[in-house]
Amino acid sequence: MRHDHLISAKQLSRDDIETVLDRAAAIDGGEVTPETDGVLGLLFFEPSTRTKMSFDAAMKRLGGNTVDMGSVESSSVKKGETLADTVRVVSGYADALVLRHPSEGAAKLASEFVDVPLINAGDGAGQHPTQTLLDLYTMRENAGLDDLTVGIMGDLKYGRTVHSLASALTNFDARQHFVSPESLRLPRSVRYDLHEAGAQVREHTDLDAILPELDVLYVTRIQRERFPDENEYRQVAGEYRIDAETLEAAREDLVVMHPLPRVDEIAPEVDATTHAKYFEQAHNGVPVRMALLDLLLKSGGEGDE
Amino acid sequence: MSEDADRELRVSKIRDGTVIDHVPGGNALKVLSILGIDGSGGETVSIGMNVPSGELGKKDIVKVEGRELSQDEVDVISLIAPMATINIVRDFEVEEKHRVDRPDRVTGVFTCPNANCISTAGEPVESVFDVLDEGVRCAYCDTIVREDIAAHVG
Repeated sequence: MRHDHLISAKQLSRDDIETVLDRAAAIDGGEVTPETDGVLGLLFFEPSTRTKMSFDAAMKRLGGNTVDMGSVESSSVKKGETLADTVRVVSGYADALVLRHPSEGAAKLASEFVDVPLINAGDGAGQHPTQTLLDLYTMRENAGLDDLTVGIMGDLKYGRTVHSLASALTNFDARQHFVSPESLRLPRSVRYDLHEAGAQVREHTDLDAILPELDVLYVTRIQRERFPDENEYRQVAGEYRIDAETLEAAREDLVVMHPLPRVDEIAPEVDATTHAKYFEQAHNGVPVRMALLDLLLKSGGEGDE
Repeated sequence: MSEDADRELRVSKIRDGTVIDHVPGGNALKVLSILGIDGSGGETVSIGMNVPSGELGKKDIVKVEGRELSQDEVDVISLIAPMATINIVRDFEVEEKHRVDRPDRVTGVFTCPNANCISTAGEPVESVFDVLDEGVRCAYCDTIVREDIAAHVG
């Protein structure tokens, strides 16, 4: 990889993705044991469980260490410090930074103020490229990455994992079907990028019509907090729920994924089916992030793998 | 005297400076905002607003005394006034006449309409927008602005 920073999935070529996934597979399979004595700075400006812990675990499994800003309430951010200043200071303590922030564009801005590699771990409704890498890893393990029909369902407007995944899938021979309420369609910017990339894309409000075609169904939470009216949320939320009965119409080898946390969009009864891959997907976060950190720290932002 | 020239006289002639003509009616103040002219710099500025125009229906004319615009400034004006013509005036004569060209990127001109964009959050950066075939796109949050771009100047 030749990137100083990982800000958006749009940066990732097919070669980049395969380099990370191959490295992750080698780490996962015990074929390579990369090591580092580096320090990773964890800057999480909003709550996170999986992403933060998996980065922490990944760095420690590589033999490195982490420094953690802690919660916003206990940091200088509470005193009104800018993001630019925070990352400048912490970049002096660490060899790479991971940033989660509630504002779109935060990772891009932060990257302009640091000399160490910076990884976007989610910026508002923007992008979440490392989630995408582990999503692709999971897809590759279970369904391959070419000649794939993928359904992506839920909150497509604000779902940063969706934006990154949609962009990354344009590197592969994938047909993308987006399923959401009209009010939560993909944002204009993502549709623009998909169009520019020549992606095969269709949008739907109903899963039924396309479910039997799908190799992968990627479900995201419809975020109640986005709806001004609770009744409006209730009307659509139930329609975007997957249960055992829904999946009767699906192919036997359909892979169901979810970036988690889920609320009620996937019924617990689905967990026991062969379709359910979301916990495996979460577990894949560690080897994939180990691979990414290994590559970024080795390249020092300049080299190649 | 031609009809156009007669209309030009609605705004006083300048000795040295720049005349920006064929700005869509009602956008003259946006042009000044793009140029960073708010009166505090002491420039003498004349504006004609909603002047009848064969090409545009109604157009604005902005005359800035004592200042010759750079090509970069001119190009940014193209985003809200694609038909604009720029006349550089020296000693009451039009010495140079330019059309505007769309730039690839503009900095510090537009404010991102996405209230959750980091560029609007008091950080030490200027706004940056990439110019698309139709509209502009925030380089931080990717928001695309297509309609009424002029409303986002400032």
